[in-house]
Amino acid sequence: MMHWRSSWIAFTTILFKEIKRFTRIWPQTLLPPGIVMALYFVIFGKMIGSRIGEMDGFAYIDYIVPGLIMMSVITNSYSNVASSFFSTKFQRSIEELMVAPVSPHVILLGYTLGGVARGLAVGLIVTLMSLFFTRLQVQHVGLTICVVFFTSLVFSLGGFINSVFARTFDDISIVPTFILTPLTYLGGVFYSIHLLSPFWQGLSMINPILHMVNAFRYGILGVSDIPIATALIIMAVFTVALYSLSYWLLVRGTGMRQ
Amino acid sequence: MTAAIRISGLEKTYANGMRALKGIDLEVREGDFFALLGPNGAGKSTTIGILSSLVNKSAGEVSIFGHNIDTDLLAAKRCIGVVPQEFNFSQFEKTMDILVNQAGYYGIPHREAKVKAEQYLKRLGLWEKRDVPSRMLSGGMKRRLMIARALIHEPKLLILDEPTAGVDIEIRRSMWQFLQEINAQGITIVLTTHYLEEAEQLCKHIAIIDQGQIIHNTSMRKLLNGLHVETFLFDCAASFEQAPEIADYPCELIDEHTLAVQVDKEQGMNDLFAELSRLGIKVLSMRNKSNRLEELFLMLVDENAEKGAA
Repeated sequence: MMHWRSSWIAFTTILFKEIKRFTRIWPQTLLPPGIVMALYFVIFGKMIGSRIGEMDGFAYIDYIVPGLIMMSVITNSYSNVASSFFSTKFQRSIEELMVAPVSPHVILLGYTLGGVARGLAVGLIVTLMSLFFTRLQVQHVGLTICVVFFTSLVFSLGGFINSVFARTFDDISIVPTFILTPLTYLGGVFYSIHLLSPFWQGLSMINPILHMVNAFRYGILGVSDIPIATALIIMAVFTVALYSLSYWLLVRGTGMRQ
Repeated sequence: MTAAIRISGLEKTYANGMRALKGIDLEVREGDFFALLGPNGAGKSTTIGILSSLVNKSAGEVSIFGHNIDTDLLAAKRCIGVVPQEFNFSQFEKTMDILVNQAGYYGIPHREAKVKAEQYLKRLGLWEKRDVPSRMLSGGMKRRLMIARALIHEPKLLILDEPTAGVDIEIRRSMWQFLQEINAQGITIVLTTHYLEEAEQLCKHIAIIDQGQIIHNTSMRKLLNGLHVETFLFDCAASFEQAPEIADYPCELIDEHTLAVQVDKEQGMNDLFAELSRLGIKVLSMRNKSNRLEELFLMLVDENAEKGAA
């Protein structure tokens, strides 16, 4: 009982420290995604979108809103954990946690849920901003929340693994720049894969972000390019696999303990 | 009585093949003030790293207050507070937050943690700096912050890796006094330091580690009793061109007014002063050439190096 109480206090300490960190530096963490997404809404939604017409039976701006929310959630969840945990390693304050009786599960959950908190906070900001440009009506509330939470968790875990192996600050920007951003842009944020040729449609199916974006779009608009069950299975598999890998790296002390 | 630390056959080989520890055995008694000394690269920080879970051991057994770190690590960690050599806190966090967060990692509720943090910040003269980001603190304040952080969960064992490195003499002495106070309250302290005067003043027992092996492990009193010859410096009124001949006392000229005289413990000083008076040498002041422990330390490390070379 004592152990559980101690672990809960340690967990909330890490989580609140993380939330305090990204809210303290809000001009770097919360404001930029809001501004960037407002530009997307204006340019792709209003200026160009009106010329594109409908996509899967929806006005273009309505179609891209779920994808843009997910794009913000993915990049912010990832970069929050990657930069925060790497900075902790870089300043050696990770040693504060390593000498304390904190289980690796607590450390991992504290940091990744801190990333989820930022992902969801940014997601909420972008959602509220979208209301200036369109009227959102959520079709499946439970599914929408479930998909956004687990997507954020998957990418928080990805950011954690990145930070474990990173040796310099450059190493935590390589994955978002060269892998995450292209996969997100090619993940059905701006278009339906039905517009692609069969070859490119098939190739797109191996992009996990495509499944997550479409599951989220289904939750809000009720349309999707892929079966929702497949998306949920993919998210579950990624969550379990990345959590297990992160836990193993922490127990081993990779990049932290000599 | 349970040993605060029991180490047997401890070995550490780093990934680059360097053998930092070659099977050391060590026991530190509960309530002790223990010095772990050694030259740079001897294995002190590696030993402390293993005790505090920052370094993985290659072989051997380590117990902290009876808790084996292989089988009962969390209980062992609860007993230890660590003050590392390098500053290892977030440069952006406030002093108070660093302590409260550290208490949280040990399962201390927020309200209780704030009370404890206030208590230690006041005791270590940091209360006025409680809302200051840690990067704004001076070197001595940062050292004291690390001591407060190590004590926030009230450990039974405090490990300090060169805690007074780079702090001025006034702060160093106030830190010594603080450490003596908490040792008197029952906290076992293990200290590594390059200031041998510090070890001599504070510690009851001492182990000297060199090239990954313990070469001496005894009480401070016994160790210092083993020092047979001390060198004293005499500041004299007259100036010398060469060192005077003093019967039975080897003498060396340091500068024109200063003589270095070796005195065997068996000889004592009376005959030396008589001899100096006979030669008409007026002594203005006298001091040890180096700290007693320093002389012994250098002698033991040199002996070990010669053994290794042989």
